Amino acid sequence: MQEYTVVGKPIPKRDAVEKATGRAQYIQDINLPGMLYGKILYSKYPHARIVNIDTTQAQKLQGVRAILTGADIPEIKLGVYQDNRPLKAGKVRSYRDEVAAVAATDPDVAREALSLIEVSYEALPCVYDPLEAMREDAPLIHVKHRTNVLKMPWKMHFGDVDAAQKNAAHIIKERFSTTWVTHCCLGTSGAIAEFDHANNLTIYTNTQIPSLAQKDFLTALHAMGLKNRRVRVIKPFIGGGFGSKLDTYAYEHIAILLAFKTRKPVKIVFDREEEFTATSTRQPALIDISQGCDQEGKLVFRDVAMILDNGAYTSWGATTPSVMMMPISTLYRVPNVRYNAKCVYTNNTYSQAMRGYGNPQATFAIESAMDMLAEAAGHDPVTFRRINSNKPDQTSTQGFRITTCGLTECIDEVTQRLEWDRSNPPGEGVGIASLIHVGGGARVYKSDGCGTIIKLDDYGGANVFTGASDMGQGADTVIAQMVAEELALPIEDVRVIHSDTDVCPWDVGAHASRTTFVAGNSALGAARKLKQQILELASNHLEAPPEILDLQDQKVVCRENPEQSIAIDKLLRKAHFGVGGTMLTSEFFYDPANENLDREFKGNLSMTYTFGAHGVRVKVDEETGKVQILKYVAAHDVGRAINPLLLKGQVYGGVMMGIGYALTEQVILDKGEIMNPNFRDYKILTAKDTVPIEAPVLETHDPYGPFGAKGIGEPGCVPSAPAIANAIYDAVGIRIKDLPITPEKVLAALKEKHRQ
Amino acid sequence: MSREITFRLNDNDLTITVQDHWTLLYLLREELGLQGTKEGCGSGECGACTVIIDGSAINACLYLAAEADGKEILTIEGLAAPDGTLHPLQQSFIENGGIQCGYCSPGMILAAKALLAENPNPSEDEIKHALAGNICRCTGYVQIIDSVKAVSPRQDENIKVVAWQTDQSPD
Repeated sequence: MQEYTVVGKPIPKRDAVEKATGRAQYIQDINLPGMLYGKILYSKYPHARIVNIDTTQAQKLQGVRAILTGADIPEIKLGVYQDNRPLKAGKVRSYRDEVAAVAATDPDVAREALSLIEVSYEALPCVYDPLEAMREDAPLIHVKHRTNVLKMPWKMHFGDVDAAQKNAAHIIKERFSTTWVTHCCLGTSGAIAEFDHANNLTIYTNTQIPSLAQKDFLTALHAMGLKNRRVRVIKPFIGGGFGSKLDTYAYEHIAILLAFKTRKPVKIVFDREEEFTATSTRQPALIDISQGCDQEGKLVFRDVAMILDNGAYTSWGATTPSVMMMPISTLYRVPNVRYNAKCVYTNNTYSQAMRGYGNPQATFAIESAMDMLAEAAGHDPVTFRRINSNKPDQTSTQGFRITTCGLTECIDEVTQRLEWDRSNPPGEGVGIASLIHVGGGARVYKSDGCGTIIKLDDYGGANVFTGASDMGQGADTVIAQMVAEELALPIEDVRVIHSDTDVCPWDVGAHASRTTFVAGNSALGAARKLKQQILELASNHLEAPPEILDLQDQKVVCRENPEQSIAIDKLLRKAHFGVGGTMLTSEFFYDPANENLDREFKGNLSMTYTFGAHGVRVKVDEETGKVQILKYVAAHDVGRAINPLLLKGQVYGGVMMGIGYALTEQVILDKGEIMNPNFRDYKILTAKDTVPIEAPVLETHDPYGPFGAKGIGEPGCVPSAPAIANAIYDAVGIRIKDLPITPEKVLAALKEKHRQ
Repeated sequence: MSREITFRLNDNDLTITVQDHWTLLYLLREELGLQGTKEGCGSGECGACTVIIDGSAINACLYLAAEADGKEILTIEGLAAPDGTLHPLQQSFIENGGIQCGYCSPGMILAAKALLAENPNPSEDEIKHALAGNICRCTGYVQIIDSVKAVSPRQDENIKVVAWQTDQSPD
């Protein structure tokens, strides 16, 4: 394997010093001169007609500068289905519906003003269960839509499932369910909107999609009658993303509307309760799965049907079935596959993207069902997975062309580290689950591209302007490493700028674990172009053809005679200061050869796929129902570890999020109302809950990845829940099919088991 | 109502008039411009606002500013040496991957500092216990715990994660 100077090294995150010293500025820390504070009034009903809104008393409060209601604003449509608007008019459809907003000179004044706004409602019949919402007589959430089922037909069928079912030797058919969980970013949501004199908008906002957000805000300006204006999106340090910032939200548009009305910068920052109640969750799913295998244990079909609770409005959550298709069709080799999913409007909170984008829900069902089928067929779970494991250079029924694939090796590594075959004391057991995820981005939009611009200064330092968005995952560092490697610069001399649409090139967003692969290839392309320019420039000075020159230790050197060299900074100063001077910059736009799924949902969504296997050893306390994790092994095929330190951070963080999904986390909704909007009652894991984790890394050197790398942002949280559910079954013989696996559910299942 | 208080903040004496209802977090962030102390929940559940008061890690969001009278307070801005040399804990969090999005980092580092001041040689369980009030969503805590261990003498207990590779590679 080729050794590199910077790539493959555990380089600390480039902005860690600023963060460790408290210098990093998040949206909470940015204040502009003359800035006002915006606050939002939410609905008091899950479904109601707005009869009247009286703002008279609130208007009179000293310090109030503007009040907006749904009746005051133009028709700005939000979301993938365009069924939402910043402030609701006519009726509310969930408790999180924005009814009015205030801008005031002080946050306390704004809050007080909200309490003075009087809204009268006429309650409407509600529906909270998607199955009930699908009935003919169910109240319609969006009357014009005429049905509560979204017109997004997620249907695929490859091969012939019905025929395969008839010939299968063993079949299992089960129902699984998952509930709402939420991102819990430590830094809450927020935005500051400001207009200049000519009504151009600058918005500071927590976003994972600066370029697409810019487009959304431009559309909003159009609706406000502001044509041909400019929008600048500035992304401050972000206190966590995990998919929550993949859309633009009502609060951002409300900040824009208030800023326009008051001619002042307006800041809206969520408090923790709002972060729980007014941001979007991972979508709950009801999953019916049936799969079968032949006598040898080879899978012959998989048939999945899902109903997703869409909530009252539509964000990217409704499109997660597109990603669920991936594990359904391609996790293991399955010749006949069928899937259909329905997203259904209810009066609940609406869902969004969250780390894994549907994959954790689908994999929970698939991998739990794999163990059940293995048992039915008389195979050990590991043997059964080895029989069906994906292999390199194969194309799945959905048209996914697998390049490199280390799934079998990951399964082997997990079983070895977990001592799979050792005999367990009572109450102890082991479980395993695998994963597939896109490793080279995914063509969700027409483009899956990312741009990079590099410029060199007088001193040999490189400024890399990337479209990528860092929200803590390390995009800034891996991009710097790749550029430093290609240009033979020390990492300290490479600065990555990723925060401003006026400066940075276009990118489709930080989703689909795509940044290392796509932004990495983009940065590498720009660096290669720049390297060529440097060599050509040096060839004049060194009187040698560029073909025999190379970059080494901040110098251009002649390969045939290393004495013949020029320092890069010296070369740059000569270029800049000389008569008829030149400057060295390069740009590169990389759009991977990923394919949009066609009408049948077929196509090579990603140039490469990431695989992994998680294994866990648990101990179940039969008295309390508590599940203790004794050891957790998360093995991933990462293509190549560009930065082992940050890579492990992604895996550890993903695993702990996955364990929370499996065992403790749930947003509890009672008739549409969130009952636990705080960290006391929403149980995310703490340092005391950490478990011994091993994170072996398999490097398969993907031919398309930058330096061989694949994406690893999401995979870490994908197979945790089924691995744990399978281990619990191994330990005490109970199969929990509904997440999270709380002690209450374990005890109930144990009781049921003993009764039988 | 307001009152005048005098306290020591990051090695400097300070006398200031505060409103009775101000929290220490409000005083630090909004009045004194020390924004390194973060607000994550405002109700003492996440630890992002941790500062050190007379040696103890305290949630500044639950502490009234008026109570700071006569106290010695350290915030993240006062942790590095005056010449800019980072505190060993800051250095260790940086080098060991203890920081991702960074929002919990100031509070996490100060909670660790308070622990080490009281117990320079903590076991892994003692580290976990001391950090249990500080929520981190990014790291899964593993590299945070590693970061704290690395500056305490008990380094022999460190979890070492071994990377492994396939035998053949195309390069």
